Amino acid sequence: MNNPQLNQDGQLKHLLSIEGLPKAILKQILDTAESFVGVAEREVKKVPLLRGKTVCNIFFENSTRTRTTFEIAAKRLSADVLNLNVGTSSQAKGESILDTVNNLIAMHADMFVVRHSQSGAAHFIAQHVAPHIHVINAGDGRHSHPTQGLLDVFTIRRYKPDMHNLRVALVGDVLHSRVARSEIHALTTLGVPEIRVIAPKTLLPVQVEKLGVQVYHDMHEGLKGVDVVMMLRLQNERMNGALLPSAQEYFKTYGLTQEKLALAHPDAIVMHPGPMNRGVEIDSAVADGSQSVILPQVTYGIAVRMAVMAILAGSTI
Amino acid sequence: MNLSMPENPSQPENPPTSQTLPDAEILFQQLAEKLKPLISADTALVGIHSGGAWLVERLLPLLGANLPHGILDVSFYRDDFASRGLHKENRPSQIPFAVQGHHILLIDDVFYTGRTIRAAMNELFDYGRPASITLAVLVNRGGRELPIAPQIAALEFPLVSTQNLQLLRHEDGRFYLRLEQEVA
Repeated sequence: MNNPQLNQDGQLKHLLSIEGLPKAILKQILDTAESFVGVAEREVKKVPLLRGKTVCNIFFENSTRTRTTFEIAAKRLSADVLNLNVGTSSQAKGESILDTVNNLIAMHADMFVVRHSQSGAAHFIAQHVAPHIHVINAGDGRHSHPTQGLLDVFTIRRYKPDMHNLRVALVGDVLHSRVARSEIHALTTLGVPEIRVIAPKTLLPVQVEKLGVQVYHDMHEGLKGVDVVMMLRLQNERMNGALLPSAQEYFKTYGLTQEKLALAHPDAIVMHPGPMNRGVEIDSAVADGSQSVILPQVTYGIAVRMAVMAILAGSTI
Repeated sequence: MNLSMPENPSQPENPPTSQTLPDAEILFQQLAEKLKPLISADTALVGIHSGGAWLVERLLPLLGANLPHGILDVSFYRDDFASRGLHKENRPSQIPFAVQGHHILLIDDVFYTGRTIRAAMNELFDYGRPASITLAVLVNRGGRELPIAPQIAALEFPLVSTQNLQLLRHEDGRFYLRLEQEVA
């Protein structure tokens, strides 16, 4: 099968989605990220790997946090970074995505970090660029957000290294999450034996159990004995539709409180991809509590993005 | 003007074979003896992954178990990244002491082109400004490509470029050398 993410030698060339990544590459990214964690703790927080390369963040949709972490990651690799908020520039004047990209290639950009509201946008760009250009998907519609998925898996592995002996629960809006599906895939690939999803029926994709997960609608039942609680962000706009009654009602049933967390394993960690809706999907006491690893997730996100960029830039044509 | 550097072993006429390899354990003891007089209050040991790190591990009890020490993996500083990409098996570098002001004994197993040492020195300086760096190796196999040479080597052992000398470990931790001949 032709995998657009890999070159003919099987090296990672673009990062478009976690699905389709062989286990060896998944592990290579996580292991390399491990080496980058220490770089940020040094006197000089930079390594010279991408010296002389230009990384272009093209964001067709706003996401300050994702853009910032990609920018820091590229800069710590010594790359030059260009940030484009395309929504406010040429696209508004009617330029096509490929014209935007080709103009940047003409300026000798080497790598593109792409965020777009439409599924498949990064994939589309990857298919049309010259072989020496690398593309990273920084989120496309509801489809995929591979570096977020990878940083979550990396965080789990750091706190719970024995992945063959873990119970992980994903709680909340699985239906609209662009990471839930790829995380389930990555965790399964790395040997996690038990993955649960906890959500109301209206926020679960149909036939979700086919992904190999156990489905719970009752949070008290679902959290019993889990080692990792991954809260998913509830997008406020979902509240307006018929999917959910109200934020208060949701918090009562699916919001993570200390009391509900007590049902999980005493050493369980709590994760959230941010930005958090305090008091909707997670209580402040839990978000700021001793079991929360929400801020370490952000720190590790930089190491993971450095690893991805370094591996891509090092792949041969 | 003669630009050749006399202390750099030249290409041997009769390159050694696996049968004539020196005993790595004896070399290790010799290296430890040569290092002992260099240890001062400000000395720190840094081993280059992987052979140099093994050497540091076994040097510590002989030179002073309390010496500050660390490991460097130079994958992020190599000069062949553009052509060979990132080494698949990179490990985190661990320098758990302040490099600033320390006299660093930089330890590697086999000295060859000097490129690894160049990378290691660049990485070390990203941790701080050492008072000095002394390069000590088990074997100097000759063939350097940079103006870098070990100040201390247990053995000068000139090899041709098609030969590859490696330090390995038995299960019980004892060292041995392996010589491989590249097939043309």
